[in-house]
Amino acid sequence: MKQTIRVAAGQGFWGDLPEAPVHQVEGGPVDYLMLDYLAEVTMSIMQKQKARDPDAGYAKDFVPLMKRILPTCVERNIRVTANAGGVNVRGCADAVVGVGRELGFGGKLQIGIVTGDDIMSRLDEFLDSGIELRNMDTGEPLSSVRERIQSANVYLGAWPMVDALNRGAQVVITGRVTDTGLTLAPLIHEFGWKANDWDKMSSGTIAGHIIECGAQASGGNCQFEWQNIPDMANVGFPIAEASADGSFVITKHEGSGGRVNVQSVKEQLVYEMGDPHAYITPDCVADFTTIQLEDAGKNRVRVFGIKGRPVTDSLKVSISYSAGFKAVGTLVYAWPDAYAKAQAADRILRERLELLGLRFEQVLTEFVGVNATHGPLAGPPSADAAEVQLRIGVRGPDRSSVERFTKEIAPLILTGPPAVTGFAGGRPKVEEIVAYWPALIPREIISPKVEVFEA
Amino acid sequence: MKMQLVKIAHARSGDKGDTANIGLIALHYDFYPVLVREVTSTRVKEHFKGICKGDVERFELPNLGALNFLLHKSLDGGGTLSLMTDAQGKTFSTALLRMEVEIPDTEANRLGLDKR
Repeated sequence: MKQTIRVAAGQGFWGDLPEAPVHQVEGGPVDYLMLDYLAEVTMSIMQKQKARDPDAGYAKDFVPLMKRILPTCVERNIRVTANAGGVNVRGCADAVVGVGRELGFGGKLQIGIVTGDDIMSRLDEFLDSGIELRNMDTGEPLSSVRERIQSANVYLGAWPMVDALNRGAQVVITGRVTDTGLTLAPLIHEFGWKANDWDKMSSGTIAGHIIECGAQASGGNCQFEWQNIPDMANVGFPIAEASADGSFVITKHEGSGGRVNVQSVKEQLVYEMGDPHAYITPDCVADFTTIQLEDAGKNRVRVFGIKGRPVTDSLKVSISYSAGFKAVGTLVYAWPDAYAKAQAADRILRERLELLGLRFEQVLTEFVGVNATHGPLAGPPSADAAEVQLRIGVRGPDRSSVERFTKEIAPLILTGPPAVTGFAGGRPKVEEIVAYWPALIPREIISPKVEVFEA
Repeated sequence: MKMQLVKIAHARSGDKGDTANIGLIALHYDFYPVLVREVTSTRVKEHFKGICKGDVERFELPNLGALNFLLHKSLDGGGTLSLMTDAQGKTFSTALLRMEVEIPDTEANRLGLDKR
């Protein structure tokens, strides 16, 4: 058994720096590359793509990425865990198999897939048996949006991926699994941790939490002394260097930019945190109040002392449903009296919407440069402001009303306050809203499926 | 003396649905008791008047010298529903750092805050 296992983060979300995973496998020693592609609403986007094209529905960029890095991964025995499969895990795996054969790895490369997260076809069965899948935030039962559901996936944990790794998979492709499981699975596999060793499950989970947002742990979006973080153009993505006892060091490749220090790690630890005593995953309940951090040299932070508790009876389900339409329009007003002009334009526009008899669930006006991020906390704007952007959005169930709104923005240029510009992009786009419905489901009725096959 | 939080803390914020979370981290462990005492959920709720329409919950992480705040009903429905520029609550972090807290002069002197 190796003393330490290095798990490198390659993508913090679908659309993260394309070069990052390449740098992670080529820039220094790593044992695993984990790639997190699935944000909360990503599954619904993929579901839509699959509805149009049965071969689509996964993170397409993963395939050319694998073509680029597979030779290095095979040569250095770097194994990959990725939730790139989205709602078409098999399609994604087939494409990777194709790439593997093209590269001459036919018969030499094991691909593992994890499915069973997609419960779309079982929803009625569940609802009929009294599982209400109530919204965890609002308490509403799922039946209130049943007709509008577009996707439903259970967050699976690390264990199905462990199974795939145990069976020799070099690349493990999954649908909806927890971001943290992508890091925990390799550690369980390597160190032979037991499922009821809750402290170790929690340690690996927290290692995963720290690296799952990519460079957010290594200098990106870091408030602490952000001006002095070196060479962000070449920011190194984080690496968790874990030991069998559950402790680990967060670091990054030598020579890369950015910074890993106690502060950058703390900032990522508190990111999207709920109750720190109970960070609930399918693999454990981790206690963030037990985490100890220690400066372990340049760009090295040691994390240890983590405690955890047994798993809960439920798994989280991420359901997406169609929730109407929205559009956002913007115009820029220039000095003098930029803010007053933008406010006047907002009043005129709202009056016109009123006269047209258009009704919306929500009409939201923001003045960028004045209050768009900090609202009233920003205080009154400078009377001398060079420009203010009027940003107005509407949301409602009826597409045609939202469509009609989009035609009212550009006319303000010739029919409203002066010194206005910023309409090069054309009419605002009407977007269909696919909203997120988090729910819980009894763990025992979900059966993950693992397959490993040769490329 | 009055002092803005930005002088004694850093922060990161994010979202879970319509709830914004703000992790407020003391720049030095010695400043953590000031945060615990001054930055109560009541004060945070008051600070975010007009922005946070629900309750504010606070959790303590003495091991990190940090507090975690959950600001419910703050993101216009959150996620894809929200029309806000900052639908993910990413800038709530520095909005909290604007808050002014009162620190007794002797304590400020002992912590070296009067020189900040």
